[in-house]
Amino acid sequence: MQFWDPRIEEMPKVDLQKMQYKLLKSLVCRLYSFSPFYHDRMKAQKVHPDDIRDLSDVKKLPFMFKQDLRDSYPNKIFTATQEELVRYHVSSGTTGKPTVVGYTQKDIDNWSTSIARGLTAIGLGRGDVVQVSYGYGLFTGGLGMHYGAERIGATVLPTSVGNTERQIELMQDLEVTAIACTPSYLLHIGEVAEKMGIDIKKDTHLKAGILGAEPWTENMRTRIENWLGIKAYDIYGTSELSGPMFTECAEQNGFHVWSDIALVEVIDSKTGEQLEPGEKGELTITMLQKEALPMIRYRIGDISSIDEEVCPCGRTSPRVKRIQGRVDDMLIIRGINVFPSQVEYTLMSIPEVGQHFQIVVERNGALDDMLVRVELTKGSFSDKINDLMHIRKTVEHRLRNALNVAVDVELVEPGSLPRFEGKSKKVIDKRSL
Amino acid sequence: MDTKKYVIQQISIFSENRPGRLASVAHALGEEKINILAFSIAEASGFGVIRALVDQPEKAYKKLSSLGYNVAFTDVIAVQMKDQPGGLFEIAKVLGDAGINIEYSYAYSGKKAAVLIIRVDQVDDAIKKILSSGATLLEHTVFH
Repeated sequence: MQFWDPRIEEMPKVDLQKMQYKLLKSLVCRLYSFSPFYHDRMKAQKVHPDDIRDLSDVKKLPFMFKQDLRDSYPNKIFTATQEELVRYHVSSGTTGKPTVVGYTQKDIDNWSTSIARGLTAIGLGRGDVVQVSYGYGLFTGGLGMHYGAERIGATVLPTSVGNTERQIELMQDLEVTAIACTPSYLLHIGEVAEKMGIDIKKDTHLKAGILGAEPWTENMRTRIENWLGIKAYDIYGTSELSGPMFTECAEQNGFHVWSDIALVEVIDSKTGEQLEPGEKGELTITMLQKEALPMIRYRIGDISSIDEEVCPCGRTSPRVKRIQGRVDDMLIIRGINVFPSQVEYTLMSIPEVGQHFQIVVERNGALDDMLVRVELTKGSFSDKINDLMHIRKTVEHRLRNALNVAVDVELVEPGSLPRFEGKSKKVIDKRSL
Repeated sequence: MDTKKYVIQQISIFSENRPGRLASVAHALGEEKINILAFSIAEASGFGVIRALVDQPEKAYKKLSSLGYNVAFTDVIAVQMKDQPGGLFEIAKVLGDAGINIEYSYAYSGKKAAVLIIRVDQVDDAIKKILSSGATLLEHTVFH
């Protein structure tokens, strides 16, 4: 069994928790003193750094939401100076304004270390060739994995996304042993390889996939592993945490959330109450060491549960089970976050169509297709096909601009879409994950 | 010249392109004892437009609207053609020479004559040109 940081990865739980308390206390003191945002939040919650006397006191602290990051665009809540910042990443900004994440050198180091521990835990190291087929650029996936893989001394092949045939040729020629990408892109690679007459199982050295950035299931894991002859590992992260961060170990039973880097809670998203290990709720993360953009009790919106048992691999940090859904109705289409509320908002500004809509998501081969069905309003029907086609194109164009993802639009008869009382079910997700 | 009597009210119905939609429209009109004199379907991807000349357009409009259909009235004209080779050419040439664009048209060949139903961009001009060419336009009373 290989470890990257054996001292921390195997540290007894009680010592880990002592360390977490110290880190939390110093984080809270620092932010109360130096961050107007957190100072005001703590005041509003009537909590003072002195009230944090134990790790369990974390539940006294206020929550932070995605909206807080949007409201503080681009950098109002950064707690590092411009001189200290070494990088920006920017989220896709699919719900209004994008969010900007800044990093100090230490933030980059901790991020890379977190990935390095994960890659080591699945048996990668010097001599391995890691193909990074996450997008490079403003998205955190590419550069995050790149730095993590370099940290363990692996050789990185920074292919980014696209030009799949070339990716497969390079995978063969450079004897790639592991690939990091979205599960759907790996399936796409598998399909293209088959068309090229290449059997990934027999004709390449690929042995592991580090897959994330979109939800996937155990069934998909089985399919990928059997079809491609590799081990498929889940990796978790969001740009607010830094990027892809936490990886499963060889046990493939939930991703390890390193206790020195993050304090993970699961809460009841309605009441905000902390839930017990094993109970399902909303993941809430406090980043214990982040410098540029600290996160205290950040409500990610993903649903899962925590396993506090020491892992059979020997690692003592808690594991979080595979993500089981969202507290909101966020969809991930081709790696891009899409909220039905954005669709609604966009449609409301187009008088030719009504406010009712239905989203149908299908997986066509390895790629997602999104169809939005909208009702033509009474006054906008003119009998001319051209006018109707124009309305359809306009809606497609406006949705694409708002969502950053290509959308097909279908015009339907007024009143034909289902109406719902209360929380409506406007999404039909036909993807068999 | 009173061109109004030659203007015929066509009803247009927006319809999704799926089985049973035409049947549903036809059934509704049948129930109201509305007779369809001519009709056509134009299709685009995913949807279509049903266009019809009926004997009671107002009643048809009310009935279909009450069922939730998107219905619109459109002015069209109906030209009597010679039911013989070259019949269509005569009419089309009159409009073409006058620079009047046909947006769409459909035809039926009845017992007495062939009739071309035309939607044009300039209805009044089209009526005048066709009449002055000596061709016969059907008055709307023929239909409703």
